Amino acid sequence: MIVQREQMNVVIVGHVDHGKSTLIGRLLADTNSLPQGKLEAVRKKCEHTSRPFEYAFLLDALKDEQTQGITIDTARSFFKSQKRDYIIIDAPGHIEFLKNMVTGAARAQAALLVIDAHEGIQENSKRHGYMMSFLGIKNITICVNKMDLVEYDQSIFEDIQRQYEEFLLEINLKSTHFIPISARHGENITTLSRRIPWYKGDCVLEALDNFNKDAPSHERELRFPVQDIYKFTAFGDERRIIAGRVESGTVQAGDEVVFLPSQKTSRIKTIEHFPQPCHSEAVAGESSGFTLETQIYIRPGEIMCRAKEKLPHVATHFKANVFWMGKQPLVKRKNYKLKIATQQVPVMLTDIIHVLDACELSSIQNKGQVDRHDVAECIFETLKSIAFDDIHFIAQTARFVIVDNYEIAGGGIILAPVYVQDSVLGQHIEEREFKWERSGITPDKRAMKYQHKSVLVIIDGPLSTGRPIAKALEETLFKLGKFTYLLGVPSHLLASGATTNDRVLNRVYHLQQLGELARVLTDAGLILITTIADIDKDELNMLRSLNRPSKTVVVRIGFNHFEHNDAHLILSEEEGAHSGADKIVNFLIKSLLLDPEYSI
Amino acid sequence: MKNKTLSKLDDLEAQSVYILREAYREFKSLAMLWSIGKDSTVLLWLARKAFLGHVPFPLVHIDTSYKIPEMITYRDQLAREWNLNMIYGQNTEAIKAKHTFPEGAIDRLSCCKLLKTEALRHTLAGDWPRYRLNHQTSQYELDTNKEPYTGVIVGVRADEEGSRSKERYFSPRDRNNDWDVGDQPPELWNQFKTDFAPGTHLRIHPLLDWTELNIWEYIERENIPITSLYFDQGNGKRYRSLGCYPCTFPVESTARTVHEIVEELRTGKFANIAERAGRAQDKDDGGGLETLRRDGYM
Repeated sequence: MIVQREQMNVVIVGHVDHGKSTLIGRLLADTNSLPQGKLEAVRKKCEHTSRPFEYAFLLDALKDEQTQGITIDTARSFFKSQKRDYIIIDAPGHIEFLKNMVTGAARAQAALLVIDAHEGIQENSKRHGYMMSFLGIKNITICVNKMDLVEYDQSIFEDIQRQYEEFLLEINLKSTHFIPISARHGENITTLSRRIPWYKGDCVLEALDNFNKDAPSHERELRFPVQDIYKFTAFGDERRIIAGRVESGTVQAGDEVVFLPSQKTSRIKTIEHFPQPCHSEAVAGESSGFTLETQIYIRPGEIMCRAKEKLPHVATHFKANVFWMGKQPLVKRKNYKLKIATQQVPVMLTDIIHVLDACELSSIQNKGQVDRHDVAECIFETLKSIAFDDIHFIAQTARFVIVDNYEIAGGGIILAPVYVQDSVLGQHIEEREFKWERSGITPDKRAMKYQHKSVLVIIDGPLSTGRPIAKALEETLFKLGKFTYLLGVPSHLLASGATTNDRVLNRVYHLQQLGELARVLTDAGLILITTIADIDKDELNMLRSLNRPSKTVVVRIGFNHFEHNDAHLILSEEEGAHSGADKIVNFLIKSLLLDPEYSI
Repeated sequence: MKNKTLSKLDDLEAQSVYILREAYREFKSLAMLWSIGKDSTVLLWLARKAFLGHVPFPLVHIDTSYKIPEMITYRDQLAREWNLNMIYGQNTEAIKAKHTFPEGAIDRLSCCKLLKTEALRHTLAGDWPRYRLNHQTSQYELDTNKEPYTGVIVGVRADEEGSRSKERYFSPRDRNNDWDVGDQPPELWNQFKTDFAPGTHLRIHPLLDWTELNIWEYIERENIPITSLYFDQGNGKRYRSLGCYPCTFPVESTARTVHEIVEELRTGKFANIAERAGRAQDKDDGGGLETLRRDGYM
């Protein structure tokens, strides 16, 4: 069998009109990578319309582009050298299309940055250089183009090189290759130019061939973000498969593993494959699936690691660099969705350390928000603990995006975890309690009157299993003469302004709303009952905090995945509605909440 | 095995599987388009890889009634063998009224629009009948599920033609199936647009980075069953791309095996000729296919 050729994605970036499309057209034409007759057809079309032929026309696949004359989106084309196959990604230079440039560049392992020798370094020459480093592209070559317009003048080339090297130094980037080229005339593209005898380095094609792909990180610590958990029961399949991609490291059957942030542990039983039988090992880059020796309750989003290796951080606060592409600015104390590896959690911006102007390299302090196209160093707070690494340790688990109103609006890299006591929720509760005008009737007086303390009863279980028991509980308590209420309004009907079908954010809106309602209703002396499907520890903590100082009681139906006695009472999934309700009432009596003695 | 390195095909496979799994986790109402051609059959194989032998969503085929008959036989045979949740949709009205290009009523592009684009739009939306394979009877029956699919997995590749080179892995479509090429979501570090406003849906493209050669190399490596129309049956002709018989023409080729096709693409006469050269409707669209694609054509 013939050995497969290596493939590399290269992105072409630079300021608008500096000649990116022409360079690509040249690379395609001069490596004989164009479909038969394409070059002739475009030449003919130009003659037909009396326009001078341009190599850039070869790429103008879309009609939009032809009329506007600029690249609006990343387009892919393919060419080959002796060494490997290239997928070339043409990224738009115009600032309006930054998100498209980022999309193209994030897929690349190498970049060619084009600077017009005649026009010199422009805003996006710098911005794109900065973004390449942000996105983690290590192979960058600077092509100083249109050398024909400056009569192949060595001093002009060297001036640009010196200026750009200064810029690179300021943003802590290593100096890189500079090549004087003329894409239009094919100078220094696939062969060294005779017109530029003073240049002794590589031509563009050689520079590309000399790039090295990142070595797969097999030797590193294992990071396996759990993408999903499958239990396909069809055709008698009993396997419970933990699915995802190995982002770094290696994992073998028999390995002891720990899942973060839950800290549950198990051992790898099998590495599943289709259609072949099981493999003994999975390495970085592979999409894989595992079965475990023990049944543990974990959720998609957790990171599986090897127990004896250095583990990722687990925290709710982190410091990060972000770049913002959203139409609306990034503001503090608003719920966004964070996606990091396979985790999705609500996140808030809590602090802006500074905003960096990538062109002027000045840093702006005291800015209240992060505007479109800004790059900023910020502190974020997630609603739940997440597992992550520093960007300098393992990049794959340190990169994240922020979703605002269904769109990926920002990208970021984590610099370090931040360990603080303070939380946005804590501040909110403090403020709420401080500003609350207290009722003249104290909770104790109410408890005496109603002959029971107030409490929030959360009935938690797999989807919709809690409803019948909750109804029976309300009825039983009511018949006992207790002041009780079952909250059955779907929260999206209550929440004003917070309408979204984003399940991650919807869930947090729901819980926040519920927590606030619970605080008011339990303050009024109620035994408030509500059902929630599969609440986790962080969500429970949030509800408890919001409901404080009133007590919260948790009844879990089915498998108890909680630790540290978070659930007060466990009921089986087969439990009848009335017997379940009786058990809850008994529990409430036992824990003094309903004790008639209390009122004496 | 410590130094096991992944090949180009391994990388492509891992990425496609990752995208399929993202789609399955994020979309409640998910379907995969299966055109019976090599690309979407590779996609189907990748789904079985991703879900360890299962295909946990329906496969949708748009039957124009002008498909090469072998394609339908092959479709139903695999559907039975692999226990697929197989669904087809059709523009029955236009076919009954003979309002088609082969009947001489309309031009090629209008025919594509009616029999493919329209049929697809309404089948995905659920407002036209869907026919589902009953594995007990081996017959197609009217499907009771009329829920619109909010995630649609499609086997397009960036190297096919110009407009496809600008697609995203997760590409939003509005209520009318429209694709706004100028305003597409960013995709970075394997984070895709999986959130969508009510009324919109997403097309998911796990094969975007594959080339025609990659597809055949993978078919060879994995030994994926592929319809015999792609091979020379003895008359020196084979199909390079499959579609409706009035508009798809075989190419001159004596390739009889997958391996011979791989060789032909790698070094032979097709190395520099566009794959869709045998598709007549592309030419009628000024070479762009974009008019059709904006309207939801695959």
